[in-house]
Amino acid sequence: MRYLFLFFASLTIIMGCQSSLSPDVLPMLGTPETGPNGDSIPHTIPDFSFIDQDSNVVNNETFAGKAYVADFFFIACPTICPKTSKQMLRIHDRFKEEPRLELLGHTLAPKYDSVAALNRYAHNLGVSSDKWHFVTGDQAAIYKMAPEYMNIALNDEDAPGGINHSGYLILVDKNRHIRSFCNGTDPDDVDRFMDDIQKLLNEK
Amino acid sequence: MKNSLIFTVFAALLFLASCETYPYQQGKILYTNFCENCHMADGTGLVGVIPPLAGADFLTKNGEAVPCIIRNGIKGDLDVNGRIYSTEMAGIERLTEFEITNIINYIHTSWGNEIPIVEHLQVREWLKPCEKNTKPF
Ligand code: HEC
Repeated sequence: MRYLFLFFASLTIIMGCQSSLSPDVLPMLGTPETGPNGDSIPHTIPDFSFIDQDSNVVNNETFAGKAYVADFFFIACPTICPKTSKQMLRIHDRFKEEPRLELLGHTLAPKYDSVAALNRYAHNLGVSSDKWHFVTGDQAAIYKMAPEYMNIALNDEDAPGGINHSGYLILVDKNRHIRSFCNGTDPDDVDRFMDDIQKLLNEK
Repeated sequence: MKNSLIFTVFAALLFLASCETYPYQQGKILYTNFCENCHMADGTGLVGVIPPLAGADFLTKNGEAVPCIIRNGIKGDLDVNGRIYSTEMAGIERLTEFEITNIINYIHTSWGNEIPIVEHLQVREWLKPCEKNTKPF
């Protein structure tokens, strides 16, 4: 009898673990905010407005009714960005025909990464601005967005390339909530992330 | 006396054997530390932005330019396998002649590349004429 109990107890634990490891419904990530009535609402990406590689204005409306993957990079970055760009490109290729998903890359070096420079970069990668926006704008405004997407971005003279930043890729749903993230330099983690994107797209 | 001789012989053999399995271990480590971020662990680069080292015709056509590229970097249009690259690569000045030689030989023998290895005296010659910001080929 005792054994039976233990058996069932461990079974529940195992099953509980499994369902929390790969939930069918993705969690809401980030620090929750307090709503107007004192209620808790999930972290929400605030308003923003930047310019992409084709001089289009890109703001929250651009992604109305869509999910998007956001990251932070700069063209001359000597550290992790080429790797994260390569993984973003994998995501781009896998969801190329999926109109409900777009990509948003923020440059952390807007002084150098002008619209023209970003245009060349996108062209070299073979991608277009109706799927993958590379945005530039006011440096302070861009840096302020990084923590909203659970990323770090700091000017740091000691860091290679002068900018210290983290290479997380962030999945934002159509209600501006963060639903998944991954380490953009780790192809295996990105595989898991792409499954999460599919799960999100399957949600009603 | 005799025992220690046998020991030395075995130690040397072991050493040689381990060298055989990892011929460019130092080159591999240096590659990981100084090149992999951009040219990737599998040498494929980033399409259109960073040229590949795996299967790159540049390495055989302009082999003598590679040591200077590693030391001084390179700027401007570069043709690799018929595709033009124009992102700047910063030089890595702190690498010694030996280290550069080891990296090159790691590249020459990895990812399916079968390019003859280079001697460090050769690399020394190739490094002589390279001045900063001049196109070495
Ligand atoms: C910051 C990114 C970056 C790093 C780090 C880097 N490279 Fe490059 N490399 C480039 C870019 C970009 C080019 C193309 C330059 C151009 O278009 O003028 C290039 C070109 C080359 C070329 C000539 C083209 C080819 O593909 O054959 C070689 C050889 C090369 N790099 C070797 C190395 C080696 C060896 C290291 C490490 C010691 C290294 N690079 C580190 C970005 C980088």
